[in-house]
Order: sequence, then structure tokens, then C-alpha cells
Amino acid sequence: MTLEEVGSWGGNIADIGPLYPMVGSEGILVLLGFVFWIGWHILQFRMESVNYQDDVQTMKENGNFARALNGERILRPM
Amino acid sequence: MDTEIGSLTIIFTEFYYWITVVLMFFIHVGFCMYEVGSSRQKNHMHTLMKNTMVIPLVTLTFFLFGWWIYFALPNGPGLGGDGSILDAPWATPWSELMGAHLGGPPVSGELTADDTASWARINGVFWAAFLLFSWTAGSIVSGAVIERVRSGAFWLIAVMVGSCTWIIDAAWGWHPNGWMVEQLGYHDAYASGVIHAIAGGAALAVLINLGPRIGKFRADGTPRNIVPHNPWLVTIGLFLIYTGFWGFYVACNIPIIDVQSGDGVYYSATNIYLTPTTLSAITFNFLLSLSGGLLATYIVSRGDAFWTYSGGLCGVIGASAGNDLYHPIQALIIGAVVPVICYKLHYWVERRFKIDDAVGAVAVHGYGGFLGVVIAGFMLWGYPSSPTEGYAAITPWGNFIGAVIMFGVLGFIPAYVLSAILKAVGVLRIPREIELVGLDLSEYAGRYMAEEDVHKAELEEARAAGWLR
Repeated sequence: MTLEEVGSWGGNIADIGPLYPMVGSEGILVLLGFVFWIGWHILQFRMESVNYQDDVQTMKENGNFARALNGERILRPM
Repeated sequence: MDTEIGSLTIIFTEFYYWITVVLMFFIHVGFCMYEVGSSRQKNHMHTLMKNTMVIPLVTLTFFLFGWWIYFALPNGPGLGGDGSILDAPWATPWSELMGAHLGGPPVSGELTADDTASWARINGVFWAAFLLFSWTAGSIVSGAVIERVRSGAFWLIAVMVGSCTWIIDAAWGWHPNGWMVEQLGYHDAYASGVIHAIAGGAALAVLINLGPRIGKFRADGTPRNIVPHNPWLVTIGLFLIYTGFWGFYVACNIPIIDVQSGDGVYYSATNIYLTPTTLSAITFNFLLSLSGGLLATYIVSRGDAFWTYSGGLCGVIGASAGNDLYHPIQALIIGAVVPVICYKLHYWVERRFKIDDAVGAVAVHGYGGFLGVVIAGFMLWGYPSSPTEGYAAITPWGNFIGAVIMFGVLGFIPAYVLSAILKAVGVLRIPREIELVGLDLSEYAGRYMAEEDVHKAELEEARAAGWLR
């Protein structure tokens, strides 16, 4: 029996099983978890690639590469 | 939960594992400090984030499939029992027991009333204890590959090690009914092989595909020493790892169960194989093996702080496989011998194969864990591996085969294949220009640009107020 079905803490506590809402939707929630996980990797790889492309491009401009190697802080525009 | 003593036992066990989880969190604080301290200033933020994001990624994936693997795969790939996948309805991610639950009758038809009564209050904390082991396995690889690995690639490897391969080896050799325990008598009570050897083997595989940092080796092949930029951060980091290791040891035990077979009852703590041990036993041996490692490595490294601290850790790892049963002086000697061998091996492998292991992770965890398992096979030769009748006794060959499976089969090979694929598609290593100027260019860009904007705004405000011309 779920807490949603019981409706109060006044009955037999030993009869209560799951406490979370929407019992029965676990399969969909797990699917959402997988989508969240895989989607994060895809977004992260894209973001990382763009970051590195921008960094490399910044290094090619205005002698930035030599300046950075000499310890100067080079910032690329966001 | 209907008798006071029964409830106390359950709630004590629940609280016991919860405390271990909090203690083990220090391992990851320590890893972050240690890695940042070991990296050069131009790579700090990248190094920090690379390790930090292991935590959420492995947490999510260990929820989705890692926990189920532990209970479903003890039979191995057709090697033991009937080779079948076992039912583990409390550990599937869609189980009602993978969430808040009071232990009443099940809603799902997959579960029995016994399942819910047994697992409702233990599942979350037991899952979390194993999860913290999983973070450790992923983080061990993280240290070795700093300053040139792409974070996205590393995180895929961390998920594989943290939520797949290490937990497969746990099902095989760190489960009371694992096929390696049953057939090989494999004994690895505090995870020398199960966590450290597998992670060290994986780190070595990734390092081979990744290559050394620019400047690590001279043209003639001799190595340069890229020293930790902040020895104090490294020191505190390793002390925190030691601190977390207490929680790790305690989490490897089951705090209170009846271990008496036949007539009568006898309640005791046990190791993961359900054979009796005590917290006193493992406390003696943890401290003596740590001491052995510190003392021996201080001498062999000529007082080098980085290696002395790492050697202390390696001493514990080397003795961990048998630290439920060793005498403390045995733990001291094993804890002293193993890191000396690992220290020598680290530099030999570095010179011979041009492997750039930035923090000595392969040596401390990989070689240390491998040797720890092998030594336990000799030291505990003939001991029963399990309380279950018919299981093989502990032997040198059983543990040697086990060590090869941990380091090589489940550690090295999968990580080599995955990192080779990532290398082939060009995403394993950062662009060389970025490696030269430092990885923090991207991380710092937004923050410093904003800081400069804010500073300009403050100056304008001061001028407007007439305080500055």
C-alpha cells in the first residue's frame, strides 16, 4: 500500500510501502534518467568541442599564443 | 519493525552504513585537493572539474544499472553456477525499493513481503556505500591522466569503470556467492584487487593510448619530473583520503548478523564474504599497514613527501586483501614491502615504456592492489574463503588468477578498448596548443571577463561620485 492510498499517518504504519508520489511511474522515471544521462554527455561533448575551437582560434590571433606561452593571461571573448 | 531489539538492529545497520558514506566522502575531497595540488597552475580548474563531475555521473549511472549488476551477475559469464543472471528485484532502477519506502507489503508483483521488510531501510545506504567505492574507482583513473585528457572522454571511461567493470568484478569476487569465491577461493576483504587493481589497470590502459604530457620526456627519452605545484594541498588531500579510508574499511563489513551455523546463535560483524571479523581487527591492521607504508617509503624515496604519503596509502592497499585476518605486524611488513616494490616499478615503467602517470596511481593502486591480492593468497593459504560448505579454500593460485582478472581482464582490457576508440575518433586528448598554454583558458574566460567588467563599473561609480578623477 502506498502513502497516497493511505492518505494519513493515522493508520497502521506497517502497511505502508512506497512513500514517493506517483507510484507505478517508475519505468518512465528510469527512462527519463537514461535520457538525462545520455543527453548530458552529448551536450557536454558539443560544449567542449566549441570551447576548444574558440580557444585555438583565440591563440591564433594577435600573437596571443606567444604571449600566453610567456605567462601572460589571455582571455577569449565569451 | 515490531520488536524493539529487531528495530534497533535494523536502524543501527542503516545508521552504520550512512556514517561510512559520510566518512568516504572525504576520499573525494582528498582526491580533488590532491589532483589540484599535483597539477600545474594553468590547469587547476580543469583538473578540479574533471574529478568533481565523476560524482554526479557515476551516481546516476550506478542508480540506473550499477547496483543491479552487483546482485545479478555473481555467476559470471557461464563460469559458475548455471551461468544465469540472478533475479534482484530490489536493485532494478524501477524497483519501489530504490526509493523512499517503509517496508510494508509490496505494490509491485516482482517483490515479496520479505524483500520489502529486508531491504526498505538498508537498500539506500548500502547502495550509497557501494556508490562511494564506485566514485573511488573512477577517481583513481582521474589522477593519472591529468593535464591532457579531454574531460568528456574521461567521464565516459569513469562511468565504465565506476558503474560497470568494477561492479562486475565485485559481483564475481566480492559477493558472498560470487563465482570467484566459490571456485577460486578468492579473498580480497578490503578490495585490494576489487577496487584498486582494476582502477590501476584501467589507468595504465588509458595512459598508453593517451601518451605523456608535452615536455615529460626529453629527446633522449629520459623523464623530467613535473613536480606538484602545491605540496601542502597534496598533503592535506592524502590525509583526507586516509580519513575516508576508515569509512571505506567499515563499509566493507556487515555490522551485525548471526554467524553461527547449526545450533545456537552468535552475532558478529563479518567481512563481505560473511566470515566473522571485528572492527578492532581491521583497526589494528589499517594503522599498522599505513605505518609500514609511510616508514618504508620515506626511506626508499629519500624523504620525498609526495611518495611518502602515497606509500602510506599503498601500504594500506597492499595489505587490504587480508586485513581482516592478518596479525598487525604482518600487516606492517606487507604494508612496507608492497609500496617499495611499487615505487621501483613506477620509475622502471616510466623509463622503459614512457608512461606518464602524473600521480603514481598505477603504481599505488594498480601494482599495489595486484600484489596485495597475490600476497593474501600465500598468507591465508588454506583458510576457508566462505562460510558456505563446498566453496574453495584460499590459495596462492586462486588469488593470483583473481588478481589477473581484476587488473587485466576487467581493468586493463575494457579501458584500453574504450580509450582506443576515443583516440581513433579524435576526442581522447586535448588540442596541443591548449595543452601548451593551459587548460584553464576556457574555464577562466567567463569569470575574468566578468571581473574586469565589474572593476570598470566600480571605477565609473567612483568617478561619478567625485572620489576619483
